[in-house]
Amino acid sequence: MTTSNRTKTIKRGAIWGFIVLELIFFSVAGRFLSVSQTQFMDLDNMLLLLKQSAPIGIIALGMTVIMINGNIDLSVGAIFALCAIVMLDSQTWPIFAGLGELGVIPFAWGMALLTGMVLGAINGLIVWKTGVDAFIVTLGAMLGYRGLVFMYNGEQPTFLLNWTLVDMIESSLLGLEFPAIAFIVLTFLIWFLMTKTVHGRNAYAVGDNREAAVNAGIRVGPHMLWNFVLIGFLTALSSIVFYSASGSVNPNDGELYELWAITAVVLGGTKLTGGSGSVINTFGGVIAIQLLRKGLGHIGADTETVNLVIGLILIAVLFLDRQLNVKGKGELRT
Amino acid sequence: MAEERLNAIGKLLARQGILIAFVVFMIGFALLNDRFLAVDNVLGVVRSSAILGVMALGVTFVVISGNLDLSVGSMMSFSTIVVLDLHDKIGPELAIPAMFAMTMALGGFIGVLVGYFKLNSLIVTLGMLSAIHGLTLTYSGGKNMDIADKEGTWFSVIGQGSVLGVPVPIVVFLGLACLLAILLAKTPFGRKVYAVGGNGVAATFSGIRRPRVVLMTYLISSFCVAMAGLLQASRSMGSQNTVGQGLELEVLAAIILGGASLLGGSGTVFKTLIGVLILGFIQNGLLLVGLEFYVQYVVTWLIIILAVWLDIAAKRGRLLSPIA
Amino acid sequence: MRTQSPALRLEDIVKTFPGVRALDGVSFEVQPGEVHALLGENGAGKSTLMKVLAGMHQPDEGRIYIGGRQVTMKTPLEAKAEGVVLIHQELSLAEELSAAENIYLGELPRKRFGLVDRQTLLAKAGAILERLKCGFGPEVTVGDLSIANKQMVEIARALTVDAKTVVFDEPTASLTDAEKVVLFDIIRDLKDRGVGIVYISHRMEEIFTISDRISVLRDGSYRGTLITADTNEDEVTQLMIGRSLDLTRNHEPANLGAIALEVKALCCGSLFHDVSFKVHSGEVVGFYGLVGAGRTEIAETLFGLRTPSSGAICLEGKEVTISSPVSAIENGISLVPENRKEQGLVLGMNCRDNITLPQVSDLTAGPFVSDGAEIAIFDHYRDKLEIKTPNWRQLVGNLSGGNQQKIVIGKWLSMHPKVLIVDEPTRGIDVGSKSEIHKLIRDLARQGYAVIVISSEMPEVMHVSDRIIAMYQGRIMREFTSEEVTEDNLVQAISGIVANGDRAA
Repeated sequence: MTTSNRTKTIKRGAIWGFIVLELIFFSVAGRFLSVSQTQFMDLDNMLLLLKQSAPIGIIALGMTVIMINGNIDLSVGAIFALCAIVMLDSQTWPIFAGLGELGVIPFAWGMALLTGMVLGAINGLIVWKTGVDAFIVTLGAMLGYRGLVFMYNGEQPTFLLNWTLVDMIESSLLGLEFPAIAFIVLTFLIWFLMTKTVHGRNAYAVGDNREAAVNAGIRVGPHMLWNFVLIGFLTALSSIVFYSASGSVNPNDGELYELWAITAVVLGGTKLTGGSGSVINTFGGVIAIQLLRKGLGHIGADTETVNLVIGLILIAVLFLDRQLNVKGKGELRT
Repeated sequence: MAEERLNAIGKLLARQGILIAFVVFMIGFALLNDRFLAVDNVLGVVRSSAILGVMALGVTFVVISGNLDLSVGSMMSFSTIVVLDLHDKIGPELAIPAMFAMTMALGGFIGVLVGYFKLNSLIVTLGMLSAIHGLTLTYSGGKNMDIADKEGTWFSVIGQGSVLGVPVPIVVFLGLACLLAILLAKTPFGRKVYAVGGNGVAATFSGIRRPRVVLMTYLISSFCVAMAGLLQASRSMGSQNTVGQGLELEVLAAIILGGASLLGGSGTVFKTLIGVLILGFIQNGLLLVGLEFYVQYVVTWLIIILAVWLDIAAKRGRLLSPIA
Repeated sequence: MRTQSPALRLEDIVKTFPGVRALDGVSFEVQPGEVHALLGENGAGKSTLMKVLAGMHQPDEGRIYIGGRQVTMKTPLEAKAEGVVLIHQELSLAEELSAAENIYLGELPRKRFGLVDRQTLLAKAGAILERLKCGFGPEVTVGDLSIANKQMVEIARALTVDAKTVVFDEPTASLTDAEKVVLFDIIRDLKDRGVGIVYISHRMEEIFTISDRISVLRDGSYRGTLITADTNEDEVTQLMIGRSLDLTRNHEPANLGAIALEVKALCCGSLFHDVSFKVHSGEVVGFYGLVGAGRTEIAETLFGLRTPSSGAICLEGKEVTISSPVSAIENGISLVPENRKEQGLVLGMNCRDNITLPQVSDLTAGPFVSDGAEIAIFDHYRDKLEIKTPNWRQLVGNLSGGNQQKIVIGKWLSMHPKVLIVDEPTRGIDVGSKSEIHKLIRDLARQGYAVIVISSEMPEVMHVSDRIIAMYQGRIMREFTSEEVTEDNLVQAISGIVANGDRAA
């Protein structure tokens, strides 16, 4: 095996090694420091962890696709909030009256998904047609979509508790609650999309070298548009998973979600420059962050330190990645 | 011939589009509401833009040198909390320099990582956004920070006082803008910032110490953030620990509106000033004609996209992207 | 000879870019089953012509015929549909995808629901790789392949369509000798199938091995076509270089001063080994060798951009440590780099600011940059180097290649260096500017500068140098005075053949 191959293997496995390290650390440290009586590696605890990581995790799946494709989406936090409002509010719309608590659910979900896809499509269309960089387009949309959130219901929170819906979300299969199942199934589906389908394989080619992809006959514009629709769809799903049970959304909800999602994706090893990345490793990145969050709580650290640790780890990962790539003494210093 | 002239007009529109749009917009609102251009209203707008504006001035240096800074929002929260906390502990005279030192140490840390270790600035500052947020929460224990004796201190002068009838935040904002504009446009350092952002490799090949220039831009950025935190703390005399949250992206929006390229090498302090004022006047104008504050978000979105689109369209000579 | 219509035919192609007439009425044709070599110096218009062929550029004037039918090709895709395929010198592969996926990029075989039909894909791609006798399978990830194997993937891509014409752009640049043999087999195989081949290269021996006819471009215009079997290298060279550029050997006696630079046993990792030489003031020393022989790396080390692993650098007799470009400049070394646009200039800055960039910290009045001092320097070098620009405010990106290069040279002359290193002084520059720059280099030596010129163009290096150092695989093979040097012994030295005829280890 050549050095470059070995470096690559190390990089691909890094996130899982990190997770194992976290598990060992928190289990051992927990024995001495734990403020709670439970074991850290308790099954219920791990299942809960999976459930709690679902909302950011599902968005991160979409972000992985977008970033492999060579773009970025900063507007997901606002899309998340707007989809939640539409889902909750649409259940009170007169046209859906008479459907009952159960009957209205598919329509409410459908409206939320449609909202997410339309918002994603708007971003995608602008990126395609104007040629403005996705960073700027979605930075603008982050403000614009947040404006739409406020315009919908002012500064008031939107409330709606549909108990049938709550029961549904909280029901479990083999101990896994709905959000956890959704996260796992979607991870598998998006992995399948990126590894087995023409669209997914083209996404890597477009992200690696857009001009070469154009020359090879890939219709890059519509291709990117579909990926923005996909991240809109996934963000709406995330919103559904999160708000179906809680039933209340504030207009500021979802702020900074874009940054958390990007953090998870980068921890999972996806490059900002596009063309490279793995959905499964993003899953690892999401789990690693959530483990850290829970683990620090478990050993009695302030929950406030979580952000500090995650930020420093992100920088450390980048630093190590850079050191692995330095070629040595003769390298050109520019 | 006629076609050529049309082309020239189109280019002018695209190049100066944002300034023209600004003027049209100002005239429009002035016609709709006669209070819009009244002195006290204009001063009010500049004053309420000061905190965002001061931050944007600093980040302009970072953007021109070809990097990004997403950490300025949480850094500003940090400065605000720290100066409020220290005010009661060691008094404002020591609290202010201490806070500046701590904030600029954070900026220096970023500068070293991006400049000397050549790490991607987007991810480094994304990580620092989170880390500084955590630092602030740990520092404050998650609680809000207030100055205990609000009457017995001169501290409020910075955010609430005025000099010859002009509010201090405006003096600070415009004064800093002039200083930084001169630094960027007239000094060797400013020239190096443009060179590093325009072509970093060529700058190195010309004997410019690129890492040092990058470090300096982050120090300037964090200095401005500290100043913004000071204005914020002094204005409110108490604060939540998330006061700067989200400002990092609004700052970038203002800089982009001013016409700087995120790729580096272009932009000026004056343009950023215009960008900040456009955001401020849009907000104010919409409020004056009776619209809610959040309508400005939507308007800002449309204006940012239009501004950058026109700029790109002028450079490539056609409106739509050639991507199939 | 042949009676069927040519596979591809260009007539009177004109293509202009701002400031440059890149192609000036070029006509060119390839018959089916013919290997037609396209030759020319750097900047002669080869790559522009190639991009016109591949649909990446639209010609301003002229006609393109394929199989006798006039066509317009607006995109590489349309060119491909017409059966014209380009094999890039710069690889355009997606590193993360498999070889098979890269070969069929844009037309991956599909099953239901948009799934990739893996079986068909691997079978078809495998067959092509088999035909190319590649030592790797279709499933391997392209990022793990060597550059030569990546090139094979590019070639395999061309074979997926029923190509009528295949354009090879410097295909052997990164191939080993064994890989070259394979490539030539592939080309002959394509030829036997009646495919027309355009083969772009500047390696004479290859062209005589593989081609049937040779067409020569010079300064964007067509200079003639020769039948390979009936011509020789001299005739081709004459067409390529022509008489417009007087590149006679340098006979001016060097007016040697003291030793300005002495390099002793300098090594840098695997890039170059045991390099020792001296440069006197008033002397031009040429470095000649193939791409990758280590010449540019020596220049970069002298300029503080690389850290040497051992050896010493002495300036005017004193040993110095050069740890960065800043210390190189302080020690009086300047480098006009190989790649003007990427390393030499900030294209978005104006002419004046580019020239004064290395010394802007010193051109101050109080804390501010002094406009007057800057303009004085700009004016001085504009006049001295005859830089053609309307005024100093002009962005450097808008100047022609020759004037851009003069800006870079002016930038370093303004630092009054003791040693001036010029890497590829005339790459991508039109003939008129070339001789001006050659004259300038000789003038600088006469004024007492110690000059090092690195060039890949033999006539150029022989024209400007007082002494020539030939390099091969990171080592100095031989040093020639301008009297000793001949084309033959120079070519031998840079191919690793030392004076007694043995091949160097």
